[in-house]
Amino acid sequence: MPLTTARRAKRRGPRRFTSRDLAVIGVLLGIPVLLDLALIWGPTLASIGLSFTSWDGIGDIHWVGIDNYKTLFTDYPPFWPAVRNNLLWVAFLGLVATPFGLLLAVLLDKGVRFSRFYQSTLYMPVVLSLAIVGFIAQLVFSRDQGALNAILANKNDPVDWLGDPDLNIWMVLLAAAWRHTGYVMILYLAGLKSVDPSLKEAAAIDGASETQTFFRVVLPTLRPVNIIVGVITVIEALRAFDIVYAINHGRNGLELLSVLVTDNIIGEASRIGFGSAIAVVLLTVSLGFIVTYLVQELRGGKKG
Amino acid sequence: MAPSSSGHRISRRALLRGTAAGAGAVALPTLLTACGGPGNEVKIGSNASDAVPRKAFAEVFNAYEKKSDKKVKVNTVNHEAFQEGINRYLKGTPDDVFMWFAGYRMQFFAEQGQLAEISDLWKGFDGFSDALKAQSTGKDGKQYLVPYYYYPWAVFYRKSVFAQRGYEVPKTFDEFRALAKRMDKDGLDAIAFGDKDGWPAMGTFDYLNMRANGYDFHISLMGGKESWTDPKVRNVFDLWRGLMPYHQKGANGRTWQEAAQSLAQKKSGMAVFGLPHPGQQFSAADRDDLDFFPFPEIDSAYGQDAVEAPIDGFLLAKKSKRQKEGKELMKYLATPAAEEIYLKRDPNNIAVNDKASTSSYNALQKKAVDLVSNAKQISQFMDRDTRPDFASQVMIRAIQQFINKPNDIDGLTKDIESQKKTIFASD
Repeated sequence: MPLTTARRAKRRGPRRFTSRDLAVIGVLLGIPVLLDLALIWGPTLASIGLSFTSWDGIGDIHWVGIDNYKTLFTDYPPFWPAVRNNLLWVAFLGLVATPFGLLLAVLLDKGVRFSRFYQSTLYMPVVLSLAIVGFIAQLVFSRDQGALNAILANKNDPVDWLGDPDLNIWMVLLAAAWRHTGYVMILYLAGLKSVDPSLKEAAAIDGASETQTFFRVVLPTLRPVNIIVGVITVIEALRAFDIVYAINHGRNGLELLSVLVTDNIIGEASRIGFGSAIAVVLLTVSLGFIVTYLVQELRGGKKG
Repeated sequence: MAPSSSGHRISRRALLRGTAAGAGAVALPTLLTACGGPGNEVKIGSNASDAVPRKAFAEVFNAYEKKSDKKVKVNTVNHEAFQEGINRYLKGTPDDVFMWFAGYRMQFFAEQGQLAEISDLWKGFDGFSDALKAQSTGKDGKQYLVPYYYYPWAVFYRKSVFAQRGYEVPKTFDEFRALAKRMDKDGLDAIAFGDKDGWPAMGTFDYLNMRANGYDFHISLMGGKESWTDPKVRNVFDLWRGLMPYHQKGANGRTWQEAAQSLAQKKSGMAVFGLPHPGQQFSAADRDDLDFFPFPEIDSAYGQDAVEAPIDGFLLAKKSKRQKEGKELMKYLATPAAEEIYLKRDPNNIAVNDKASTSSYNALQKKAVDLVSNAKQISQFMDRDTRPDFASQVMIRAIQQFINKPNDIDGLTKDIESQKKTIFASD
């Protein structure tokens, strides 16, 4: 495109910015960079540093090398269940709740009757905080007084939905998915609205079935939405905290890395060094997802 | 985690405050607490967030305001959140005087230099037993706490249920087990049990250990000086395992409130609780029907000597700029009159001061006074007799695991022991 190059060439002069411009740019760029360093990189690096100490938050800081990590991996029973639960959370939200949200969005987009009503009903849980969802879950799943056991009428041998460590994680995932589904659905609904109907018509003329149209035509055009939903799902899964904390402080089967960090750092225990080590593990897990995502993005960008 | 009547709801404010402090933004709480008045004001950090104690304390402080022409400003924080935030609270700008617990949990902060010594006040105190003084004394032999009230733990039951079925109060562990078995046959859950919050079951462990191995061993175990793989500890879990079939099932999914309700509804026969716990879940009409007996004897060498009776009281922050005013307030709080005002409003505890009048006490409180005053030793509670990180990070989980799988005692005690070593070595 010769025109733009010409224009660019015209703009390029011997002095591009006045010193005032530079000052303004310096300040405007400098402030966010400083904020970023102070509020994001500072604490992150401090956590990494503290994870090699045995600081209790009050006394002197003692360097202990990788002791915290050794303890974490070998002698801290809640750690591996927490890692497993966090991954389970990613898998469940990613493979069950998100596709289900997509399905609902597609159904609603086709314009079933009362779709407005369904839409608002399904979206309703999204306005609740996960802590509230946790309290609702307790009303439903409590062994003695919960609604579910009352409906099942299994008085003699009620199921302990939230107390049984083999069961409770699934109940909590259901509760979390209840909210996540609505979230995903609303994002996809917005995306689907923007898909050019002529694409679908063209596919129909070419003789594609509805499923084919969806997977080969519609879904690829939703790529930006897919990425957002993917990122949201991973973030939701890794930052999960309030719901299990509201239910039983994230113990007895509901362990999560975020809870272990909080218990050790904010709780009375005050093992800041040890808690930081757990936080670093959580950071590493998150970085895994972030890097994968960035790599894919960059590759996708090149191809496109 | 301490026995609290506030349940386990989390306070977002405390969390935020913790997070903010973690990020280095300690300025917020500083600003919040720094806008106080001049020297004729005393600030109190209160964890009495439940309605009944909150009102009762308000009356006590009002009485002090009238008496001393000082203003008392109370800063109430949710009970659990107060505990969880205590480190940050003391490091930031704590109130002058704050509510806390006796024993190890107080000593822990005294050792770190966060508390102001009040030995001079103690010289003028009257009506406090030696056991109380011991629980108010730091490891350096100086006093830090003004004790305020007790709430002993025992086995609670309904008189009418016992009368109707002809049950008798068991004195020994064998009788206890036999009674539990009989209740089981009668279609009751023998022992109401809820450990969702993690701490309530600690009371049962404490009693089993003190009855089977004696108070000294228990305290030494809590202090990290004994091995958890000791056959004596395994025996405790073994005794407990023998009782498990008579405990209400699904304890890890049940709050202590729900457990106390099942006792009130006559669905279960007994429950190991602290004095304030069952009372709150009983209707006013049923409250007279509530009674308790001391935890039964296991080894006659130790009998029923030890009583688990946590003491709540007041501490003075080292950082407080109103040491004199703070001490004056504490002096008042140590008087029988100050305790009487409180207990009239909140009859779920008993006064620590011998001179406090017991005339307003109900039958249960009077019995509790007997229980505590006849005790040869007084323990606090697991999460007050040991390091807070050990109690919250290791024992809560271990006991919940035991409730799920009572059979793997060897694995469990080994697990506790190896974690104990890391935690107690961290000093």
